[in-house]
Amino acid sequence: MSTPPATDVLDVDPLLDDPATRIVVCCGSGGVGKTTTAAALGVRAAERGRRTVVLTIDPARRLAQSMGLTELDNVPREVPGIDTSAGGELHAMMLDMKRTFDEVVEAHADPDRARAILENPFYQSLSAGFAGTQEYMAMEKLGQLRAGDEWDLIVVDTPPSRSALDFLDAPKRLGSFLDGKLIRMLMAPARVGGRAGMKVVNLSMAGLSMVTGALDKLLGAGLLRDVQTFVAAMDTMFGGFRARADATYQLLQAPGTAFLVVAAPERDALREAAYFVERLAADRMPLAGLVLNRMHGGAAAGLSAERALAAAETLTAENLEIDGIVDHRPGKSVVRSAPAADAEALEAHEAPQTSVPPEDPASRADSAASVAPETPEVPVASEAAPAPQAAVAAEDGSPASDSPAGSGPHPSDADTAETTATDDAVGLAAGLLRLHAERMRLLARERRTRDRFTTLHPEVALAEVPALPGDVHDLTGLRTIGERLAHQHAEETPASHRPADSR
Amino acid sequence: MTGKGGTGKTTVAAALALALARGGKRTLLVEVEGRQGIAQLFETAPLPYEERKIAVSHGDGEVHALAIDAERALLDYLQMFYKLGSAGRALKRLGAIDFATTIAPGLRDVLLTGKACEAVRRRDKRQRPVYDAVVMDAPPTGRITRFLGVNEEVAGLAKVGPVHNQAQAVMRVLKSPQTAVHLVTLLEEMPVQETVDGIAELRAAGLPAASVVVNMVRAGLPGEDQLLAPHRHTDELTGALARAFSQAGLGTAGGGGHAERLVAPLLEQGREHAERVALERGLRTELRAQGLPVRELGRLSEGVDLPGLYGLATALHDRWHTGEPA
Repeated sequence: MSTPPATDVLDVDPLLDDPATRIVVCCGSGGVGKTTTAAALGVRAAERGRRTVVLTIDPARRLAQSMGLTELDNVPREVPGIDTSAGGELHAMMLDMKRTFDEVVEAHADPDRARAILENPFYQSLSAGFAGTQEYMAMEKLGQLRAGDEWDLIVVDTPPSRSALDFLDAPKRLGSFLDGKLIRMLMAPARVGGRAGMKVVNLSMAGLSMVTGALDKLLGAGLLRDVQTFVAAMDTMFGGFRARADATYQLLQAPGTAFLVVAAPERDALREAAYFVERLAADRMPLAGLVLNRMHGGAAAGLSAERALAAAETLTAENLEIDGIVDHRPGKSVVRSAPAADAEALEAHEAPQTSVPPEDPASRADSAASVAPETPEVPVASEAAPAPQAAVAAEDGSPASDSPAGSGPHPSDADTAETTATDDAVGLAAGLLRLHAERMRLLARERRTRDRFTTLHPEVALAEVPALPGDVHDLTGLRTIGERLAHQHAEETPASHRPADSR
Repeated sequence: MTGKGGTGKTTVAAALALALARGGKRTLLVEVEGRQGIAQLFETAPLPYEERKIAVSHGDGEVHALAIDAERALLDYLQMFYKLGSAGRALKRLGAIDFATTIAPGLRDVLLTGKACEAVRRRDKRQRPVYDAVVMDAPPTGRITRFLGVNEEVAGLAKVGPVHNQAQAVMRVLKSPQTAVHLVTLLEEMPVQETVDGIAELRAAGLPAASVVVNMVRAGLPGEDQLLAPHRHTDELTGALARAFSQAGLGTAGGGGHAERLVAPLLEQGREHAERVALERGLRTELRAQGLPVRELGRLSEGVDLPGLYGLATALHDRWHTGEPA
């Protein structure tokens, strides 16, 4: 099983297949693969027979291309290459915030008034994407798509907010702001004589002139005038905004909606996920489960990190005896970090190997990382290896990269180009063992992070998506993700499925 | 310090603040997104809206931290220009503070950048800068240009008056050599693409894109080229590896022994790794074509904890050329 005993498995196929499911909202913090998950779910739902639209917000270019999206045009476009034999289809669109806002204005104001609003500088700033607007417009577009009833299923990717929670809060905030006292107050001077029922304004006319006076001095009279004109022009729409924000909020609470919280097995991402789960529960929003992306699997889980490292040590020591390779001492190394040298190094595959010692011996002990510089280098931090923290620096990736580097405790350089096939195999074996050790530690850490979440929230169904070696940028990749997401039982990544094996 | 979500921007910002504090310096680490990521990183209680010492770096330096609260910053800001008194309370009652900090055209970002610039310009009694460097854990790459450029927009909206002047003063600092925007990325396609786009946007806006920090870099594997050409001499390689594993004390090499059984799964892991490393090569080339210094940080196998953070600071310190940022 992919999860600790207390946690249910999130089964996405029944969710996607259920005709009652009309909206799937993917939320979570940035960088966890939210957009990819949304796209993969869209592809899967469409190929399983549903007429599906994916609403994405600011997708990475290549992911957008994988769905045939080339521009922001606010219109769902059919995604080519989808298997429609089951009767489904896939459309996708990228949200154009300003366009959506403009559409709202055009739909709710007469042409003259709409033009006045659209030309107002304050409106142009507001609609182009300041805090809250993006979230509000995503909700607005979702409401439109749902109201049209043209789709079996709408998959929504939420905006890359400061915090995942902004997504839920922003529509209400914008709604209550536009409907609020401040707006009414600002509106008052633009009106003739005010209006009955505007108690706030009537009660504090003195305060009002003081406030507008203050704002005028602060902002410059022009800006306040722009705001007032904008507000007056939008007057008829305010009730509409509030009502629409409320309606969309209710839509999210309705039974046809399913929230999927997306996370990666990292502390911050899962912390955000936990906040989100709690918030959804508080707001009675229907949570379908947690999608945990990029879980690493591991083969040969019976070989512990410690044992693998010890074995690698043995091999390296023997290899040294064979070849007489001299260890690189920190004292021999060259520190090179000037920007000019950085630039030169871009081409300099033959550049002298550099090795940067930590500043002082005290820092060595807790030095957990090292920098891979612009040329192939041997990280000195790992010389103190195999400390549990020993981080590894990158191989440069230049043509010289067949020289051993990285995590070896006694790294060598081009010397080994001369070594025999057997020595190559020994070097490779040591490298594979170190890689395995690193992988085992990563697995253990990912599982600890995951289990912390599932212990706190055993009620949340969980689906794990094994990490892919490459990035996803075509339909095939999205299908693979969809399959991995759906096949929680069949997937054979032994280590990630049997926590006990890691011990 | 900016970067796509998930790239470790906050961690790298904190490591840079530690690194720049070395040698008796004082740095300020500023958080603007209200996530309390700095407090979590340094394992302290949530930061209030005031500057306080949060860590001591190697070599007797001090890192101070500040989590900017937009609402409090607004009140400071209003105070700067105007004794508001009851008008201030009226503004608050009417929801003007909410308006200003969440909705108004970029005012929130104006406040955040303004507060950071104030810290940059602040001097002590002897007219020396209070902080040797101010490191901001800034919004993500997709929003950074708009965030830093917001004052320009505000200066355009508020065409006269103190807000206009303040916005222009902040823009002068941000566009000066005193400011350096560093972009954190991973060697993965989306973050790299976003970084390349971010650099172009910053440049187009006249903002100083200064360097790329590649975080969580994988180590190369000795002999990984053998892995990328996996179908040659497979039997030979399998046998040799089994013998090597056996030599290392991991069981017998032949006849289905433990060492032999390790070969296939470990080779597969190795191939996946090599595939990834090969992909990273192309991405690295793309990053280097941007004409900015590219610095790489290794992956912390135990995740980010305090020792890991200090390790990253050491690594960054060793890579950082002196005198930047001012």
